[in-house]
Amino acid sequence: MAEPVLEIANLAVAINGSGDRPYAVRGINLTVGANEIVCVVGESGSGKSVTAQAVMGLLPKNAMQVETGSMRLQGEELTTKSDVDLRALRGTRMAMVFQEPMTALNPVERVGDQIAEVLEVHTDLDPKARRERVLEMMRAVHLPDPEQMIDAYPHQLSGGQRQRIMIAAALVLDPALLIADEPTTALDVTTQAQILKLVKEMQGRKKTGVLFITHDFGVVSEIADRVVVMQMGRIVEQGPCEEVLRNPREDYTRMLLAAVPSMTPPKRSPVSGPVVLQTEKLFKTYGKRSLFQPRARIVNAVSDVSLTVRRGETLGIVGESGSGKSTVARCVARLVEATSGAIRIDDVDIASMKEAKFRPMRRRVQFIFQDPYRSLNPRRTVGEAIIEGPMNFGLGRKEALQRARDLMAVVHLSPDAIDRYPHQFSGGQRQRICIARALAMEPELLIGDEPVSALDVSVQDQVLKLLDEVRRRFDLAVLFITHDLRVAAQVCDRIAVMQRGFIVEQGTTSEVFAAPRHEYTRALFDAAPGRNREFFAAKAADMAAEAVVPGRPH
Amino acid sequence: MYGYLFRRLLGTIPVMLVVAVFIFLMLRLTPSDPAAIIAGDNATTEQVAQIRGQLGLNRPMIEQFFIWSGNVLSGDFGESFFFKKTVAALIGERIEPTLSLALFTILIAVLVAVPLGVLAAHRHGSWIDRIVMGFSVLGFSVPVFVVGYLLIYLFAIWLNWLPVQGYQRIAEGVGGWMQRLILPSLTLSVIYIALIARMTRTSVLEVLSEDYIRTARAKGQNERVVLFRHALRNAAVPIVTVIGLGVALLIGGVVVTESVFTIPGLGRLTVDAVLARDYPTIQAVILLFSFVYVMINLAVDMLYTLLDPRIRY
Repeated sequence: MAEPVLEIANLAVAINGSGDRPYAVRGINLTVGANEIVCVVGESGSGKSVTAQAVMGLLPKNAMQVETGSMRLQGEELTTKSDVDLRALRGTRMAMVFQEPMTALNPVERVGDQIAEVLEVHTDLDPKARRERVLEMMRAVHLPDPEQMIDAYPHQLSGGQRQRIMIAAALVLDPALLIADEPTTALDVTTQAQILKLVKEMQGRKKTGVLFITHDFGVVSEIADRVVVMQMGRIVEQGPCEEVLRNPREDYTRMLLAAVPSMTPPKRSPVSGPVVLQTEKLFKTYGKRSLFQPRARIVNAVSDVSLTVRRGETLGIVGESGSGKSTVARCVARLVEATSGAIRIDDVDIASMKEAKFRPMRRRVQFIFQDPYRSLNPRRTVGEAIIEGPMNFGLGRKEALQRARDLMAVVHLSPDAIDRYPHQFSGGQRQRICIARALAMEPELLIGDEPVSALDVSVQDQVLKLLDEVRRRFDLAVLFITHDLRVAAQVCDRIAVMQRGFIVEQGTTSEVFAAPRHEYTRALFDAAPGRNREFFAAKAADMAAEAVVPGRPH
Repeated sequence: MYGYLFRRLLGTIPVMLVVAVFIFLMLRLTPSDPAAIIAGDNATTEQVAQIRGQLGLNRPMIEQFFIWSGNVLSGDFGESFFFKKTVAALIGERIEPTLSLALFTILIAVLVAVPLGVLAAHRHGSWIDRIVMGFSVLGFSVPVFVVGYLLIYLFAIWLNWLPVQGYQRIAEGVGGWMQRLILPSLTLSVIYIALIARMTRTSVLEVLSEDYIRTARAKGQNERVVLFRHALRNAAVPIVTVIGLGVALLIGGVVVTESVFTIPGLGRLTVDAVLARDYPTIQAVILLFSFVYVMINLAVDMLYTLLDPRIRY
């Protein structure tokens, strides 16, 4: 191979002040060649983003700095460069794409100007030439109708379109190195598949070297040439993609691979308990036309949704963002009012019940939200969070605290931890606390709105197991909302697939996975990264014959 | 958006009505008699009653209110009891100093406070930050008249750079006008500098941790542009809110300053009118203040849509 685009040798980044470790990363050795995609995989806190920031010279000032080692961009040493020199390199020879296209673009500036900004900083092009170049780039990343879109604001574009804008801005000056930090994590599966395809296409166009950070082995199997596995600030394993996925040498890699849920649903016997939740022709419409706003937008978030969940059963609602799956859940919990239709909890229609009358029933439906970092009040102890609900329903403080302790044990946390604050727990632990909080109300129906989407794969696995355990133990009906087909395959008895507010397909998990009937369901399956591959390392050898992802010529 | 603007303008009508009723009642419920003040200490009861009759104060209160509000609607604010002029003329000659003072003050405040706030946010935790924040606490705490006399002592008496007090109309020369405005405006602006600088710092600091700031840096953009183009505009909504509030509060704030620097503005007029129980003048001035207040709020709301394309009414 010719001279590598990026060569990191023995890199160590120190953390100032007291952390759980003195170095964010240490002893990092990796290279990215031209026209090569190197995936860095690891859980949150493994130091993969810090490595990327170190290369870009974007480490948070005063908090971290490069202590030892060297980073060479096309042979040029980066560690000794001044701020001004580094700035000149950013955007021209190395560029970065970030995780959240929703927040990574300036919300008050037109997207065209945000791409043009790179040209403004680094070239002498006049405004007209810049606009031409931006349009050209927008066409290259396959944005529809660039002449119109160039003057749009970020909030007017979809997540996928915004990420294309980010990619266009990053690649407008054809940098030798592109660093992509979880660029598809916040996107829907189908959008993710398109963006992955785009990254590959753009990389091939100018032989860009790509350092691709991800936690998803599905994504790795789709695009990586080589894989670097990181844990706790160190590289534990690296090698060609096929080799690492097929024959991982390290236990940690094997553990990560084993944690990826299988696309094959396990056998489940049908549940015949009494129906806890039944919705009938549920509609939810947002927006209303009035005298002053005759052309106001009307959104049919939920249309004609009829579903049932039995005691002891998990119904998964699968769909992309905007499909209405969360709105269904919110209607059921009466967090929003349904426009029409019936919602029966134990045969009582709550859809249009008066709030005062409904209040005593709130206990029966409990919610677990997506982001455990935001769904717990940071200023109240975990115990306070758990006992608040039961006490609202008349339980004495002492009994409530005892129940909270018992439930902490149920979710495998120390009962004594109820006096601590949420920030003292990890993401997975917090989600356990949220589960305990929901259980404290002794609900009949548990709603999980993407409850594991914000968690690392290994943690995800544990939380899913816990959810299954509490479902069995308390004989709960569970409404499980997710966009992740692998997760759905593992925990759901039945699945309802939603698209644009409608349920397009409903059936037992094994039926839907074995023979999806609706074309949208098939499209979802096709978009799932690494869909043809089983990541369970123990089985890897057995699967070798059938699970083949066509390799890419290097 | 035009529909919204129209509805908001329509909405000012009930607000002004409530204000009108309120001032009218408050004034008449205070235990004092303008006729007695005008008549002087040695007047007989008959004289006072006669004056009361001339002013129309002997009629039922409801009737008085309808006469007054009817006149106001046709643009007639009545005649001052005390100054023997129409209230409109009185306000007309007093409005220039107050407007000059208020605008000059807010200009100084914004020009000083916003860069200071941005700088403090940029150098978060440094000595610059601490000085700016320390100054801001001081600015809040020290009363206007203390700052006023300190500045007069320093610049007018000790250094002899600026006139002690007084006002010169803009028509008589811009140089003299500005020279006489600097000290009172500086005095008044202290508290607004403190307020706006603090808000700017907090707001910018919050924005600086946003992802798109990192994106701008990743593009190789230099720090100054990152701060002023990306951070400040996104931080602008709360800052503009505070500036708007400041302008509104300023109208009240000028009362003391105009007294300290003997500027013949609306603030002084209000004080004099209140002391003389000059009902028509007080009513008109307060009505005017309220109207300006409502309009400033509307202007600020409209400004939001320019600053942030996501805000639509």
